[in-house]
Amino acid sequence: MSNKKLNMKDKYRLLTRDLEWEFSYRDRKEIFPQEDFEGIKITDWSKWEDPFRLTMDSYWKYQAEKEKKLYAIFDAFSQNNGQQNVTDARYVNAIKLFLTGVSPLEYQAYSGFAHVGRQFGGVGARVACQMQSLDELRHVQTQIHAMSHYNKHFDGFQDFAHMHDRVWYLSVPKSFFDDARSAGPFEFMVAIGFSFEYVLTNLLFVPFMSGAAYNGDMATVTFGFSAQSDEARHMTLGLEIIKFLLEQHEDNVPIVQRWINKWLWRGYRVLTLVAMMMDYMLPNKVMSWQESFEVYFEEAASSLFKDLARYGIEMPPYAADAIAEKEHLSHQAWSIFYNYGHAAAFHTWMPTAQEMDWLSEKYPNTFDKYYRPRFEKWREMEEAGERYYNPTLPMLCQTCQIPMGFTDMENPTMTSYRQSVYDGERYNFCSNGCKDIFDHEPEKYVQSWMPVHQIFQGNCGGPEMEDVLGDYYRINLGVDNLDFKGSPDEARWNGWHNLQSAEDKLKKAS
Amino acid sequence: MSKVYIALQDNEESHYIVEAIEEDNPDVTVIYQPAMIRIECEGHMVIKRETVEEKMGRDWEIPALHVNLITLGGNVDEDDDQLSLTWNN
Amino acid sequence: MAVAAITENYVGERLDRVENFHGNQVLYVGWDHHLMFCAPVAFAVPPDAPFSKVLEELIPGAFSLHPEFGEIDWNQVEWHLNAESFTPDTNATLAEQGIDHKSILRFATPGLDGLKGSGS
Ligand SMILES: [Fe+2]
Ligand SMILES: [Fe+2]
Ligand SMILES: [Zn+2]
Repeated sequence: MSNKKLNMKDKYRLLTRDLEWEFSYRDRKEIFPQEDFEGIKITDWSKWEDPFRLTMDSYWKYQAEKEKKLYAIFDAFSQNNGQQNVTDARYVNAIKLFLTGVSPLEYQAYSGFAHVGRQFGGVGARVACQMQSLDELRHVQTQIHAMSHYNKHFDGFQDFAHMHDRVWYLSVPKSFFDDARSAGPFEFMVAIGFSFEYVLTNLLFVPFMSGAAYNGDMATVTFGFSAQSDEARHMTLGLEIIKFLLEQHEDNVPIVQRWINKWLWRGYRVLTLVAMMMDYMLPNKVMSWQESFEVYFEEAASSLFKDLARYGIEMPPYAADAIAEKEHLSHQAWSIFYNYGHAAAFHTWMPTAQEMDWLSEKYPNTFDKYYRPRFEKWREMEEAGERYYNPTLPMLCQTCQIPMGFTDMENPTMTSYRQSVYDGERYNFCSNGCKDIFDHEPEKYVQSWMPVHQIFQGNCGGPEMEDVLGDYYRINLGVDNLDFKGSPDEARWNGWHNLQSAEDKLKKAS
Repeated sequence: MSKVYIALQDNEESHYIVEAIEEDNPDVTVIYQPAMIRIECEGHMVIKRETVEEKMGRDWEIPALHVNLITLGGNVDEDDDQLSLTWNN
Repeated sequence: MAVAAITENYVGERLDRVENFHGNQVLYVGWDHHLMFCAPVAFAVPPDAPFSKVLEELIPGAFSLHPEFGEIDWNQVEWHLNAESFTPDTNATLAEQGIDHKSILRFATPGLDGLKGSGS
């Protein structure tokens, strides 16, 4: 054997394509039983191109390097009591939402890619899915590891996996992924490879993580960017699979278009949580939700869809709905969580006067007109010792499972209601996107595990709401939930920094 | 023309990569944000191994870009000597 | 095709059929242009409850925290049931006036425009 180093293309061929073999005594259909039922036609798997031409040996080499860098920073963060150096303890609540809402999705992604990586008939796609599956496992592990440090010093982190499967707002990201994983392998790739990686993770992992850095959280920004370095590869794979499907057969075009429409909307609805993390949960602001959305959704999507136009793919009709909501989304989301702050495993609060001014400046068309009056009323109630909590359970959308807090963009103070009747039963939705998704596959979404309905059916313990929240969700009541003001988190933080709580100051003054 | 972009973690190694990108793509815009550097360009951008090696003063392989990479936008083409990003529109 | 599935003629379990609610049905109620309540609310209520229960018990329980609640003139309220204009009969049951499982009941209070006229 010669010592000559193989070039990347040859190495990729040998270590990927050459791992394939001919199936001589079994029918391909038996080996890849899920390849046909979605209606996708593949004529030639060898046309699959992995743009990064990544082989296992360099995969391990560079992933190991990433991990070394990452753990060096985790160590430094904990040795340096990094938890005390974030801008404000309120910020940590965004990380609680991350651990309970997002990290379990990394695990779902790991498991989903392991599954589809078995189902594809082409070896290039199988190897790419295998690497992505490993990446996703790395993401969930490093995230749990990074946040375990916060768990030592703050409430609300302790039962994230249990909560993910039960708590009402966590059913939003959970059902998104359950939807993708219960679809066929090609739809999963469009859903996760394209929508999740291309649209969702960019908004979460780039501007939000940059914001984490700006708020002194080096541990989070580092796991975020380290994960995102893999996501860059995943996004490329997501784009590749779409182009591959479109080039394989013209019959694939309408199917892929429908999946893109569906998953762009599904992904965007999950981003509702990220919108409020950006605008309300980062004490030091880098950019507003609207600004991030314009760069990472509008601009990115328009380049992408212009590129896909030659295959006959169009911008999804719901993109216009998403764009119309950009000046409202984060405020509506924060209103929902402020209303139900007693039922959340993290703290909520009213923005300070200064923060509200920032919101007015960033959202000149909407904040003062629609949102400031309610926020000031809530602030007033809080100051009177009657912090507002909504006493009644909310109505949820059958598809995205978010409380119906979205409004009609033509009439922004009117709740957006949509309804379908299927097989004699009514189903309700927050938007055209969510309604159309249901109407196309009602037999799937009649099965939605709607947290409010499950409580009514007695499947979440009870009889009192305290039993549901405390025993079934495992929220430590009076500790993990309610307003940040008066929370044990706040008291500990103030203790570290010799600060007095606002309440104590008032007591001393009187 | 759509913009291709790449974002890198803001660290020592990335500074050399950014320098190399600026040299090979005179039209790029470099934006510094907390902990990250975003580089964007109309239509096309290329990262050349040779230029990065020259800036770093040592050997460097294209896949090592992944260690500092945060995100990118555009169609990717990678070989031993370069990685390029392109939008054909 | 009601879903793309490996199994032919796949039928999903209806998780929210009315039989699962132990004699109740789900009723959603929203107060138009009063978004201090971030979303419409949900109740589990028997179909043979009179509409007066909604009016005297459920609605005040859900919405009375709003400063305008006491000012509502209930004779002027405009009702919608599942997007159709609706005139409730206080003494009749929900079922008798077509308020069925997972129905949406909206009420609007013209002249009351929410906190500082903001629709909140
Ligand atoms: Fe991931
Ligand atoms: Fe990923
Ligand atoms: Zn929805």
